[in-house]
Amino acid sequence: MTAVAGTTAPTGGQEPLDVAVVRKDFPILERTVRDGHRLVYLDSGATSQRPRPVMDAERAFLETSNAAVHRGAHQLSEEATDAYEDARARVAAFVGVDQDEVVFTKNATEGVNLVAYAMSNAATAGPEAHRFRVGPGDEIVVTELEHHANLVPWQQLCQRTGATLRWFGVTDEGRIDLSGLDELVTERTKVVAFSHLSNVTGAVGPVAPIVARAREVGALTVLDACQSVPHMAVDFHTLGVDFAVFSGHKMLGPTGVGVLYGRRELLAAMPPFISGGSMIEVVRMEGSTFAPPPQRFEAGVPMSSQVIGLGAAVDYLSALGMDRVAAHEHELAAAALAGLAEIDGVRIVGPTDMVDRGGVVAFVVDGVHAHDVGQVLDSLGVEVRVGHHCAWPLHRRMGVAATVRATFYVYNDRDDVRALLDAVREARRFFGVDTEPADAAGADGEGV
Amino acid sequence: MKLDQMYQEIILDHYKNPHRRGLREPFEAEVHHVNPTCGDEVTLRVHLVGDGEDAVVGDVSYDAQGCSISQAAASVLTDLVVGRTVAEAFDKHAAFLELMQGRGQVEPDEDVLEDGIAFAGVARYPARVKCALLGWMAFKDAVARVAERQQGVGAR
Repeated sequence: MTAVAGTTAPTGGQEPLDVAVVRKDFPILERTVRDGHRLVYLDSGATSQRPRPVMDAERAFLETSNAAVHRGAHQLSEEATDAYEDARARVAAFVGVDQDEVVFTKNATEGVNLVAYAMSNAATAGPEAHRFRVGPGDEIVVTELEHHANLVPWQQLCQRTGATLRWFGVTDEGRIDLSGLDELVTERTKVVAFSHLSNVTGAVGPVAPIVARAREVGALTVLDACQSVPHMAVDFHTLGVDFAVFSGHKMLGPTGVGVLYGRRELLAAMPPFISGGSMIEVVRMEGSTFAPPPQRFEAGVPMSSQVIGLGAAVDYLSALGMDRVAAHEHELAAAALAGLAEIDGVRIVGPTDMVDRGGVVAFVVDGVHAHDVGQVLDSLGVEVRVGHHCAWPLHRRMGVAATVRATFYVYNDRDDVRALLDAVREARRFFGVDTEPADAAGADGEGV
Repeated sequence: MKLDQMYQEIILDHYKNPHRRGLREPFEAEVHHVNPTCGDEVTLRVHLVGDGEDAVVGDVSYDAQGCSISQAAASVLTDLVVGRTVAEAFDKHAAFLELMQGRGQVEPDEDVLEDGIAFAGVARYPARVKCALLGWMAFKDAVARVAERQQGVGAR
C-alpha cells in the first residue's frame, strides 16, 4: 500500500489521551442502559456524543446573543453574526482551509447534493459555470464502498443529465481497488467522488493517486470526509481535493450542521443549489444576481446555535490534539481486532491489521445474524450498529447481508473493548453456535 | 432477563427448524420484499385453491435471508395460514399486526395466533417489529396480487 497523504499514524512519544478525564465531559456516559448496564457506546460512526463545552456553547449563545445571522443592524444581530463567522473561521482552520471556502449545510448529505445539483444547474448558468456542466458522454466516477450519501446523489445527477456512472471496485480486504485507475478516470470524467475513510471497512482511501489522476484529466474530486475529519488530523489543501464534506454530529458537535469545503475558485464559479434570501446580490422582478461564496450557498436564515456548537467541538478536539485522538482510537481498534480474531466464527469485514485504517470495526458472526448479535450486545449495554450502514453495494460486494459495526472515539476505553468482546462471546453462546462441532440440526436449542 | 422475553424458545425453535421453507410449485403469485434498514429479504409464493374470500391457502413457500425474528415469523405465518380460507388468514394477519404494533401493550389471543403469541416480547423493541412483519407483509401482498388477477379475469 502506498503512503497516503493525510493519514495519521499513531505518533510515539506524546502523552496518551487521558480517557478518564475526557469521559467526565460527557454526561450521557453516566447513565445506564437495559437494566443497569454500563453504557458502552460504540456507535460514534453513526453519531457521536457531545461534551459539556459543546452544549454549554450552544446554550450560552441562545441565552446571550441569539438573533438571525447576517440580517439587521441591531446589537444582537451583530453578535450572532460575529459568533457564526468566528465559528466558520475555526472550523476552516481545523481542516486547513480558508474561511470563505467553508459552506455550512444541514449535514454532509446536503453538501454532496449541493455540488450535484449545482452541476445540473450549470446547464443553464453563465459561461463561468462551464466546468460544472455534465451531459451525455460525460462520466461520474464513484466507488463500490461509498455510503449511499456519496452514491445516490451521483446516480441521480446522471439520471438528470444523461451522464454515465462508473465506479472503482473494492478489494477482498475492503479497500478501493485502484488497479483500473487510468482506464476508469479519463478525459470523459467530470467528477471523482470517494471516501476518505470507509464507514464499514475502516480503510483509508488512496487520496493522492486519485487526486493526481483526476487533475491529469481535469476532473473534479469530491471527498467524503465524514469518518476521517472527526478522527484524525485532516488538511484538505494538502490533500488537494476540490470539494469535501463532513458532518458536525459525528465530531462531538450538534446535528443539523454539516460542512462543504470547496476550493475558492471553484466555489466562485459554481451556480447555486438552493436559492432565496441572503444568497443574492441584487434582486429585480426580471431576475437576480447572486452573492459571492460562501453566502451564495447558504440561502435562508442559517442554523446558528448548531454552528456555534460545531465551533466549540473543533476547539475541544483541537485541545485534545487530533494526533492523540487518532493514536487513541488506533490502539482501541487494534485491541478489538486482536480480541475478535481470537473468537471462533468471527470474521472481520475490512483490513485485519491497522495499516491505513481507522477505528471502524465491522464483523460478522457465523451462524448468528447481525441483528441478533446486536440484540444480545444491546442487552449487555453494548451499543453498536447492525445492518448495512448505508453501504448496501459494499455489503453485497463483501458477500454479506449485514454486519455488526463497532466504532471508537475519544470517550471509549479498554473496558469498552472488553465489554464488546465478552458480549460477542455471549451472543455465540446464546444462539448455540459456540459448541464444537456446530449442531446444524439444532435439536437442542441452547439459547434459552 | 429481557433477552429471553424476546427470544422465546418457540421463536428459536422455528428459527432453527423453519416450517415450509423453500420455493415450491404450484403458485399463483410470487413477491419479493426487503427491509431497507437492514437489507433482509424474502421471496414468497402463495398457492390459492378456489376464488375470492372463500379461496383456501394451499401453500406458502419462501426463500428468506434474515435474522432469527424474521425467519421464525415467516415459519409461524405458514403454520397459521396454510389450510385456511383467505378471510381467516387475513384475520390472523390483522391480529399479528395489532400485536406487533402494540409496543408490548396488546395481550395476544393464543386461540388466534398460536405460536405467534411468542412474538409479544419482540413488540417491545420497535427496531425489530419490521423484522417480524417482513414475511407477513409479503404474504398479504402476494394474496392481493392473486385477487387482483382473478378480478381482472372475472371482469373480462
